[in-house]
Amino acid sequence: MGQTIVEKILSGHSGRKVHAGDIALCDIDFAFAQDGTAPLVIKAFYEMGGDDVFDSNKIAFVIDHSSPSPNEGVSALHKMMRDFAHEKGIQLFDIGSGVCHQVIPESGRIRPGDLIIGADSHTCTYGALNAMATGVGSTELAAVLYTGKLWFRVPSSCKIILEGNLPKATSAKDVILFLIGKIGADGANYQSIEFTGSLLRNLDMAGRFTIANMVVEAGAKCGFFFCDEITREWLTRYVDGEICSVTPDPDANYERVIEYDLSSLMPQVALPHEVDKVLPVGDVAGLKIDQAFIGTCTNGRLEDLRIAASILKGKKIDKKIRLIVAPASKRVLLSAIEEGILQDLIEAGGCLVTPGCGCCVGTHNGVPADGERVLSTANRNFKGRMGNKNSEIYLASPATVAWSALKGKISDPREFFE
Amino acid sequence: MKLVGKAHRFGDDINTDLIISGKYKFKTLDMEELSKHLLEDLDPDFFKKIKKGDFIVAGKNFGCGSSREQAPLVIKYAHISAVLASSFARIFYRNAINVGLPLVECDTSKIDEGDNLVVDLEGGKVIDQTKQEEIDITPLPSFMIEILSAGGLVGYIKENRGWRI
Repeated sequence: MGQTIVEKILSGHSGRKVHAGDIALCDIDFAFAQDGTAPLVIKAFYEMGGDDVFDSNKIAFVIDHSSPSPNEGVSALHKMMRDFAHEKGIQLFDIGSGVCHQVIPESGRIRPGDLIIGADSHTCTYGALNAMATGVGSTELAAVLYTGKLWFRVPSSCKIILEGNLPKATSAKDVILFLIGKIGADGANYQSIEFTGSLLRNLDMAGRFTIANMVVEAGAKCGFFFCDEITREWLTRYVDGEICSVTPDPDANYERVIEYDLSSLMPQVALPHEVDKVLPVGDVAGLKIDQAFIGTCTNGRLEDLRIAASILKGKKIDKKIRLIVAPASKRVLLSAIEEGILQDLIEAGGCLVTPGCGCCVGTHNGVPADGERVLSTANRNFKGRMGNKNSEIYLASPATVAWSALKGKISDPREFFE
Repeated sequence: MKLVGKAHRFGDDINTDLIISGKYKFKTLDMEELSKHLLEDLDPDFFKKIKKGDFIVAGKNFGCGSSREQAPLVIKYAHISAVLASSFARIFYRNAINVGLPLVECDTSKIDEGDNLVVDLEGGKVIDQTKQEEIDITPLPSFMIEILSAGGLVGYIKENRGWRI
């Protein structure tokens, strides 16, 4: 029987041919944790008898969730991470480096076919690079630091075929919001998704990262893009040597195959408080907003800031709202400065915060007030996510957020592109 | 092992931000302290209502969202003896077993708030004493039962000095 991408990668890392449903003990190529999860990793590592880590070159810590520290509790946990990283000789991406899911691919740690484990649910982002990447909890990450291995139940696979050309004013974010709206928050629970189809041929890496980033919002364990010329071109900037690729066998088994032609896709918005509560922007247009946020591991890349700047350049955001901008990494920030994008965003009224998770996770950098409405490029709109249960979070693309920031209300970005 | 307690009823898609908000969990590793905030955005008095051994009973996709292990940990530290749901999100499912919190996947549609439940993990059934009904449990994979019996993954790795698969 043929194999899917995930079956091939887990076979390669466990030393035997496995299929969906099998249990596999696999060697891990790279593992990391961030400041919301690493402190518990360190605690569990010592409790289980850990001393040396299995390979210091295959591990990193990233301080991105509350960065720089907003209070003494967080400072103590950051210090714990710095001390551990220094003692074990593992790489630490400290404050200002950016969001783990941008920093790690930029550091050249991810290659097609790799098996990556992160103590962060959006680790699935690296599936954009044809790697198997999935999020785990702190104790499992500790077990990986100790042993270099982790067990997996090989997931079944779901093939999503996307055809057509994306209309003007829509982007990868609209694609993945649309898909999650269709299949639901548990529509791919425990599954591996393989994305294919003509639409992807023209989709840049930033867009692929955006889509792969959000597969977990449909419950998926991981999501894969194929490695093509666009992938190779991106990778050659960050990694050396030959680049392989993993493709499924023609007779591989899929639990589900879904196909969409997205030639007439409309900009999409996810409504509070569930990511799968998705409507075309027209259905919620006119709702007043108090805060707009452009950033995160979903949409804080240079391409995202560029589209926002193209909309905001030479204009001013609505007087009654705030616009917060968090570049996904130091590299993104520097490029945005060089291109003049940052100047455009700040002159339009944007408030720049440190590269990192920004206000996405409710710790600092823009906690909304009671009764306020936020329009965000992030991946989650759960109640209380941004630190206040009495506020509302709507999710949309960078174009929709930027255009809405100008208008002070949720607005259809196609008006700008007409 | 038979677990006995009352049902605290919740709906579908209970996510990890609701279980323990990010505004608390980044600050401390003190789970006793964090557990006071368990599910507070849905019910501000929830922690006070829990009696030792009680159950959280929910619909589908319990624990969706982030990989924060604080989510199953605060449930355990709040003295909840098990979570019953019709389905669980993947990362939460693994995390709960890894910290030694039993999960029961079963049809929860007929269980109401306040029902007296007996959960028989070995026997593979839930008895709703209030409704006088028996509900079958989807059994845990045997490998996960080993982790659970070691009190979680820390105990398992310590005992075996690594993996035993």
